[in-house]
Amino acid sequence: MGRPKTTKTSQPNLTNTSQMLDWYRSMLLIRRFEERAGQLYGMGLIGGFCHLYIGQEAIAVGMQSVKQTGDQIITGYRDHGHMLAAGMDPKSVMAELTGRAAGVARGKGGSMHMFDVEAGFFGGHGIVGAQVSLGTGLAFANRYKENGGVSFTYFGDGAANQGQVYECFNMAELWRLPVVYVIENNQYAMGTSVERASSEVQLFKRGLSFNIPGEQVDGMDVEAVRAAGERAATHARSGEGPYILEMKTYRYRGHSMSDPAKYRSRDEVDEVKKTRDPIDHLRERMAALGMADEAALKAIDAEVKKVVADAAEFARTAPEPDPSELYTDVYLEA
Amino acid sequence: MSVDVLMPALSPTMEEGTLTKWTIQVGDKVSAGDVIAEIETDKATMEVEAVDEGVVEAILVPAGSEGVKVNTAIARLSGEGPAAAPAPKPVAAVEAVPTAAATVATSASSGVSSADPEIPEGTPFIRQTVRDALRDAMAEEMRRDPAVFLMGEEVAQYQGAYKVSRDLLQEFGEKRVIDTPITEHGFAGIGVGAAFTGLKPIIEFMTFNFAMQAIDHLINSAAKTLYMSGGQIKSSIVFRGPNGAAARVAAQHSQDYSAWYGAVPGLKVVAPYDAADAKGLLKAAIRDPNPVVFLEHEIMYGVEFDVPEGVDWVVPIGKAKVRREGTDVTLTAHSRMVGFALEAAEKLAEAGISAEVIDLRSLRPLDHETIVASVKKTNRLVSVEEGWGPYGVGAEVCQRVVEHAFDWLDAPPTRVHGEDVPMPYAANLEALCLPSVDKIVAAVKSVTARG
Ligand SMILES: Cc1ncc(C[n+]2csc(CCOP(=O)(O)OP(=O)(O)O)c2C)c(N)n1
Ligand SMILES: [Mg+2]
Repeated sequence: MGRPKTTKTSQPNLTNTSQMLDWYRSMLLIRRFEERAGQLYGMGLIGGFCHLYIGQEAIAVGMQSVKQTGDQIITGYRDHGHMLAAGMDPKSVMAELTGRAAGVARGKGGSMHMFDVEAGFFGGHGIVGAQVSLGTGLAFANRYKENGGVSFTYFGDGAANQGQVYECFNMAELWRLPVVYVIENNQYAMGTSVERASSEVQLFKRGLSFNIPGEQVDGMDVEAVRAAGERAATHARSGEGPYILEMKTYRYRGHSMSDPAKYRSRDEVDEVKKTRDPIDHLRERMAALGMADEAALKAIDAEVKKVVADAAEFARTAPEPDPSELYTDVYLEA
Repeated sequence: MSVDVLMPALSPTMEEGTLTKWTIQVGDKVSAGDVIAEIETDKATMEVEAVDEGVVEAILVPAGSEGVKVNTAIARLSGEGPAAAPAPKPVAAVEAVPTAAATVATSASSGVSSADPEIPEGTPFIRQTVRDALRDAMAEEMRRDPAVFLMGEEVAQYQGAYKVSRDLLQEFGEKRVIDTPITEHGFAGIGVGAAFTGLKPIIEFMTFNFAMQAIDHLINSAAKTLYMSGGQIKSSIVFRGPNGAAARVAAQHSQDYSAWYGAVPGLKVVAPYDAADAKGLLKAAIRDPNPVVFLEHEIMYGVEFDVPEGVDWVVPIGKAKVRREGTDVTLTAHSRMVGFALEAAEKLAEAGISAEVIDLRSLRPLDHETIVASVKKTNRLVSVEEGWGPYGVGAEVCQRVVEHAFDWLDAPPTRVHGEDVPMPYAANLEALCLPSVDKIVAAVKSVTARG
């Protein structure tokens, strides 16, 4: 392979109305779901750490639209959005958050550790950076099995500094593994801004010395995400090896539910909400293209509200796991 | 349809708070995400954000109201959505992470008193949290020795993920209080390399779960280099941070590493329970010429104890402490489990069983003389630890007792420990997984019923 095609791009791709409405529904579902999860946390129904995806919806949703059956997704602990985008049942995701038997991990994993192999979703991992090696391993298996699958491996700007990321970049390119590394650069790792943690803040360049091509993408624009995702997936699927997408985004809420968020100003947050919100952006785009049917959008709003309310009610009232579950799933029968 | 705005909780342990301020009035239109009020608890001030859109119909709880219970309706919106509690948004100093303070008293007695032989007579005490005691230990040692510095994730500007390093950046500056990227393996190695030259790093792991990224440097670099270099190169370094189970953070964030590090020659391993030991042992660890793994406990950070004041309070590493005297059974424990053992001893006393409680404090070296002397008196041993049983601290304690006091035992030594499974998330399973006062009482009864 020659020099890496490390570029900055953001060319929106014209898409059709039903695709746009799907995106809108999916992003709104994540937003409303997360708001409700925040509430349930406030009411003491969700415990431990709960990291919300609000503000970053366009990434999981845009990338989902390039995922094919058999591809895999893996991410860190900020994982609710990826699961909803992957079509997992909001009830079983919310019930996992409340630690109930009907949860997608039967109440054993909680917010940070959820899995759904059927949806191609390999977690939900609590250790920053671990998913990068694991996701590279999924890609390794795809190549080994020659199944044509691509691993979409998500991680944060903070995780991008972990050593194992670079060990895997090297092997992924060396062995031409079908993996798309999606860096969700929301500008902060807990209270540390990218500028304070990274000697090179343009994270799409992090593959340069490994010859991995990278692109910086407006992660608040679902069309741009989709277009870049397509380029990356095509590259990976056709045997050319890994590809890095740096998604520029922003998290609206604190790092987890009880983060005082003193490291940034309210104005900074408000400015992003006002000018870059991914859902508003999509609505405006649809209006500009003459695709926004107010009645259709209203119907989606109402539908999503109901789905989320039902999920919350289900998660609130579903029974806890049976005590015997404490000892199950530690080993398989040999 | 109107919707009630409910009083939110900042954490699952918050029960009530003060509604300090409304930032909206009747008639205002609000949308999701707008700040509508400010509430305050003993730990934090937070802004309340609206979750649904609507017009404010009524304010049901006036500003300035104290003791407003969580989930009370505080305002009414005319909106379209279902009833909704607003999302809490903290704005003042709290941990970046949940605390389980409700599961422990916020103030405790540790059996230490002015009659404690370790403490010079007439020494005044202050009430202090474990968190502040640790902070003071670092501050005092940094004032005393310019070679001491603190490095880790969020230790400086954020003031510590759990606020243990509060104000240290302000006092000692960026040169000595250093924020790192999320790169445990790298900065632990940097710490050890710096220690090779005589600097005295304090490496904070946000929690010991993340030290697993770095464990190679703790063991292969820090613990072994003195030996491998034939005594030429020392690593005077402290690795510290919260260890063990917090609340509801599940398998990857709830693990006790006591036994792991306790197995390694070249390391010293310390796990204090109360604030006085937290301070005195941390000061000793910083001064120690060897690498010390210093295991704290998140749930203990907010608990207050008496701490000697105005003296250079250093507790020697390697000495266990008898926290309660008794004659029928010896209970050994470390870290948070000491509190459980003391509580169990209290319950057992009501049942007419006199338990002696030994706080191990130091796991390596382990002070088995104190344990053995106690067992020779009580003839029974129950060890308590939060971590897994197999190959654990309790296994080691039992072995030492069997080796040194076999003929004095009236019952087989017994262990209480975390269940032999990864930590589950569900509240009911988590409670079943951890040791409890009742489990300790039952274990004691099983050994005292014999002989
Ligand atoms: C190895 C490890 N170190 C530290 C942590 C604690 N921690 C959890 S999330 C986080 C910040 C990660 O930030 P980033 O990668 O930017 O992802 P974001 O939270 O912004 O989505 C830290 C330090 C952890 N979970 N694992
Ligand atoms: Mg980030």
